[in-house]
Amino acid sequence: MKKFSYTVKDEVGIHARPAGLLVKEAKKYSSKVTIHKEGKSADAGKLMAVMALGVKCGQTVDVEIEGEDEDTAFEALKGFFESNL
Amino acid sequence: MLQFSGKSVYKGIVLGPVTVFGKQDDPIRRKKIEDADVEIERVRAANEQAKEQLQKLYDKALKEVGESHAAIFEVHQMMLDDDDYLDSIHNMIQTELVNAEYAVAVTGDNFSKMFAEMDDEYFKARSADVKDISNRLVRILEGKEESSLSSDKPSIIVADDLSPSETVQMDKKKILAFVTVHGSTNSHTAILARMMNIPALIGVPLNLDEIHNGMMAVVDGFEGQVIFEPDEALCDKVKDRMEEEREKLKLLESLKGKENVTLDGKKINIYANIGSVGDIGYVLENDAGGIGLFRSEFLYLGRDNFPTEEEQFLAYKQVAQMMADKKVIIRTLDIGADKQVDYFNLGSEDNPAMGYRAIRICLKQPDIFKTQLRALLRAASYGNIAIMYPMITSTWEVERIYEIVDEVKQELDNLQVPYRLPEQGIMIETPAAVMMSDELAQMVDFFSIGTNDLTQYTLAIDRQNEKLDDFYNPHHKAILRMIQMVVDSAHKYEKWAGICGELGADPELTEEFVRMGVDELSVAPSMVLKLRKIIRELDTSKS
Repeated sequence: MKKFSYTVKDEVGIHARPAGLLVKEAKKYSSKVTIHKEGKSADAGKLMAVMALGVKCGQTVDVEIEGEDEDTAFEALKGFFESNL
Repeated sequence: MLQFSGKSVYKGIVLGPVTVFGKQDDPIRRKKIEDADVEIERVRAANEQAKEQLQKLYDKALKEVGESHAAIFEVHQMMLDDDDYLDSIHNMIQTELVNAEYAVAVTGDNFSKMFAEMDDEYFKARSADVKDISNRLVRILEGKEESSLSSDKPSIIVADDLSPSETVQMDKKKILAFVTVHGSTNSHTAILARMMNIPALIGVPLNLDEIHNGMMAVVDGFEGQVIFEPDEALCDKVKDRMEEEREKLKLLESLKGKENVTLDGKKINIYANIGSVGDIGYVLENDAGGIGLFRSEFLYLGRDNFPTEEEQFLAYKQVAQMMADKKVIIRTLDIGADKQVDYFNLGSEDNPAMGYRAIRICLKQPDIFKTQLRALLRAASYGNIAIMYPMITSTWEVERIYEIVDEVKQELDNLQVPYRLPEQGIMIETPAAVMMSDELAQMVDFFSIGTNDLTQYTLAIDRQNEKLDDFYNPHHKAILRMIQMVVDSAHKYEKWAGICGELGADPELTEEFVRMGVDELSVAPSMVLKLRKIIRELDTSKS
């Protein structure tokens, strides 16, 4: 399993559009991608669940990646967060 | 007369008949079904069709309101693919053996409640999106047409609430205004209304049963009021106001999207001057080519302490993103003189206009300057930002600025924070800078002439002193010669020169500026199209 933390810089947080793009990105890999925020968690492949986390600007999320392609998925998702959120 | 107040989304005024836009509120019947697979297949087919419809709406919205606002329909498409949402529908059908319509409606309600209960306004507003996609599915399952406007005459749409897809599907020629009981200023409907230049009021506490189709009403977006059954005197007044607004709009519409080019083919950029993020709407509305002067003071004024790097970064980034690829020239801190801020502790001066202000503060107190520069360099990765330094008199000041910029770059490199070094230019607002412009031009990317200060320093006239009115001539040859000198210096080194002071917006000088070779005029947003009109009627090949 691989894991990284990220503090959201986008001023409206993980809002609908980037959440949609995130889901698309997460679905590219067979690994299970889970986003944790303050005790709540969501499967990154599920748009409404990700949005329901209600991640706001300045909040930190932990992203967990587990599966066969976790190494590639880790790099790709880390890059995605940094450039989109 | 029946009068209500609401939050105004777009400032406009209109008088016209009302159409009450009804939701299809027939309750969805729960029916027992035999074969769950048949119902699940119906959901799948409806889902496909819904996505096709949304793709068409996306394309329509893209043309009408642009990419960033059309994106909601892309999100709707993705929501329709959401596993949790679909699983919930399938589960209900399989375990309770209910019809697809019912399963979709109940699931939609549950998910929309989940968002409605969140504590953040943005996410709360998303419950409307879930309702919207669920209603769409139900409508398709029931074989109903999408609800549309029944009236064939342009009218004021009064509704409980409007979903984004309802708004974008309406024939724009038939809408005079929106009035809704619910909805937030953050909602897509509000944003769309703003982009369509339609007066809109939301959160209006009216009882829809009292309002009937065909009733006359006035929607006044300036005052945030809707008045049903207005009397004759009010109608006449409103008609005059509408005529004025229509004239303005006509000028606007005919010139939007056109180039600032003279009859003989000379081009000039017309940018806008703004003082806060909230003004960007006016910049886009008036079709300015960019922002020629963004006064960064708004971040420093009206508060008790210095804004943090993060606060500044977010503000600059937002502006850069909202302006897409258009140029955004941000002027660094110009505090002092007539703009005093307590926490800077600048002390009183006998002659503040010639005192400790602008770049002078930044060079003497580099910590303040560096915070702003870090924020600007970081934000520059997100759009077409340029930095402009005010109150320059000497080449050493520019050298010192560059040293500080280098230190900032080093700091960001050490922290591995992404950034971009954007174009850097200076304001020419002192006679000294004019006289040094040939040397300064070799050091910077552009000049922007601040004519307000330049005039006061050159003519030695305090604009606040009424006794000097007879001596004050904004078209003084000295000023015009200086502008010519600055433009020539810039062009000699293949740099560009613009004007961002009040003189830039003076229609009597537009022709002269074009002839001088001025590359850019940065003016109040409301002047952009007026100047465009003048420029497009000019022919500089004739003297």
